[in-house]
Amino acid sequence: MIYQDSKTLLEVRGLRATVNGIEILKSFDLNVKSGEVHAIMGPNGSGKSTFAKVLAGHPAYEVTGGEVLFQGKNLFDLKPEERARAGVFLGFQYPIEIPGVANSQFLRLAYNTVQVERGKEELDPLEFDDFVREKMKLLEMNPDFLDRSVNEGFSGGEKKRNEILQMALLEPKLAILDETDSGLDIDALRVVAGGVNQLANKDNAVVLVTHYQRLLNYIVPDYVHVMEFGRVIKTGGKELALELETRGYDWVSAEYKAGGVKSAGTTA
Amino acid sequence: MSSVLQNLVNQPYKHGFVTDIESDVAPKGLNEDTIRLISSKKNEPAWLLDFRLKAYAQWLTMEEPKWPNVHYPKIDFQAISYYSAPKPNKLLKSMDEVDPELLRTFEKLGVPMNERAKLAGVAVDVIFDSVSVATTYKAKLAEVGIIFCSMSEAVHNHPELIKQYLGTVVPVGDNYFAALNSAVFTDGSFCFIPKGVKCPMDLSTYFRINTEASGQFERTLIVAEEGASVSYLEGCTAPKFDTNQLHAAVVELVALDNADIKYSTVQNWYAGDENGVGGIYNFVTKRGLCKGINSRISWTQVETGSAITWKYPSCILRGENSVGEFYSVALTNHYQQADTGTKMIHMGKNTRSTIVSKGISAGHSNNSYRGLVRIAPTAAGARNYSQCDSMLIGDRCGANTFPYIDVRNPSAKVEHEASTSKIGEDQLFYFAQRGIGAEEAVSMIINGFCKDVFQQLPMEFAVEATKLLGLKLEGSVG
Repeated sequence: MIYQDSKTLLEVRGLRATVNGIEILKSFDLNVKSGEVHAIMGPNGSGKSTFAKVLAGHPAYEVTGGEVLFQGKNLFDLKPEERARAGVFLGFQYPIEIPGVANSQFLRLAYNTVQVERGKEELDPLEFDDFVREKMKLLEMNPDFLDRSVNEGFSGGEKKRNEILQMALLEPKLAILDETDSGLDIDALRVVAGGVNQLANKDNAVVLVTHYQRLLNYIVPDYVHVMEFGRVIKTGGKELALELETRGYDWVSAEYKAGGVKSAGTTA
Repeated sequence: MSSVLQNLVNQPYKHGFVTDIESDVAPKGLNEDTIRLISSKKNEPAWLLDFRLKAYAQWLTMEEPKWPNVHYPKIDFQAISYYSAPKPNKLLKSMDEVDPELLRTFEKLGVPMNERAKLAGVAVDVIFDSVSVATTYKAKLAEVGIIFCSMSEAVHNHPELIKQYLGTVVPVGDNYFAALNSAVFTDGSFCFIPKGVKCPMDLSTYFRINTEASGQFERTLIVAEEGASVSYLEGCTAPKFDTNQLHAAVVELVALDNADIKYSTVQNWYAGDENGVGGIYNFVTKRGLCKGINSRISWTQVETGSAITWKYPSCILRGENSVGEFYSVALTNHYQQADTGTKMIHMGKNTRSTIVSKGISAGHSNNSYRGLVRIAPTAAGARNYSQCDSMLIGDRCGANTFPYIDVRNPSAKVEHEASTSKIGEDQLFYFAQRGIGAEEAVSMIINGFCKDVFQQLPMEFAVEATKLLGLKLEGSVG
């Protein structure tokens, strides 16, 4: 939701990034204020997921230009774990399996790490167990998730619920959800979206990276950005997503190439 | 991130120092005279000298094994000194008599001696180079009839037991290094648990190699009589040297009817530097004989040190319903090489064995599991379960699994499971994205991976092992 007095959380200016020497992001701009929900859409290979990973600090990506300010500070001064502790959360498109490490252990360590960072109390295993079980109800998760290895043998839907559970535990300032809707059936989508909606408030912001309008029926964005050629080529309101659903992306690209549309970063 | 991964395993070896104690070192070289010298230095009875000479004669006819998946320059057995004893070489009655320099060495190593040993409830039979200098808790153990002393003492004080059991599980000509050990062993530990006695505390030995280029040939024998049980802990450290040191120990365990022996090792010998220079060659023969019915022998090992490890703690399951277990974590880093595993030889009816092996490779190291499960025609109803998991850290290391299964009884049931996994950039990134740094992430993954083995270790060892793995992997993730 757009609030009058909200502060700018994230400013991305002219961001360029490469992977294996290939430039994927070419002058990417984005402005996100607290309380807002943004959707980044675009065809395959347009650089949506790259943007999400670059922000979180994935080691395979190299930032070659531009700047990113998170709460007014240079995000790239921070290591990936420091960005997470500062409140940047990435919901993975393909959550990683970690055999042998119990989900409960992993979740508690992550939770306590962030608690310490915020000067709050850590929870012991018993306290944490009560706490996490409450959060799991939000996502209609079976408690046996806690005893299983992190994401190992989880179905696609279970993995995505586990991501949102982590978001619920870590209470990030900025949550970037990378194709959280992919691989979800309609019931799972409803549950996951419901979880995100409950977590969204005026002090945080959500950036949804998605291919489909479907998710946006459940999580209504304030802004929709169309990405292509490694940059935002069009920005609009939630109705833009509906238009994309019916007309596809080609017309946006054509408009952009014709130079008839103001590009990039006009969110506020 | 890659450099973070790299920096994680490269912690310098903490125990790398040489204690300045005047040693009584035998001249280098190996021949019959060397063996006679060792035997006479130790004032041994004639039958033991014969045992040694017989072993030496067999060794001369044998070839160094070529089948392990390890590579090292040829060992010059004539360039090794086979005997080294700290001076003065007299029998010590208390710790006060021990050379203070020696005590300081133990201090640096963190060996729980003196009060620390008592507080920990651990009897420590300390081997410094080749001669036992202190044995604690012996009197307490003696009250319940347990003998726990150095092999040299046992030869003099309990010759009938040594004569009865020495070389019965690992015959003098068993293999190249066992034959060498049988010929030149200098000391080791002897432990005897009489009928019906449950050993009231964990028995522990700390080994330490000190004199440069002096091979260390330990000989350990543990006998548990009918209904007896014992838990034995072996821990190792060694100082830093550039010339490789050969270590060829032999450990024999004998369990009679309903006896139970648990043998746990945490091994942290000098592994060479990050370029693969120096380090211990650890060529060990460890074998247990489940001689009686319902007997049980359990090996648990955490191998983190040595330049080269060649070690297969095994069980011969002769008694009906006897049980053999092998739980192993072998970690290699830098240029370390490990070829380790076990042999479970099922001979008796309804014998059971469990093998859980976890290999972790980092750096340029090479880690192989080699295991044999043999079910003899006599072993009706025998069962084995094997699980061999490998974990790779980085992309320059190697892991191999060589399982040999030989089943000659149709009623036997043998299961083998294996897996290979990798700590990759993506896993570490996932942890990082949840606020968890690389070192903590690796430690969590490794502990999860080794959980099944650590659960088998006695409490204080489990803590030590967890720390050790963390230490060994610092700077290696990458």
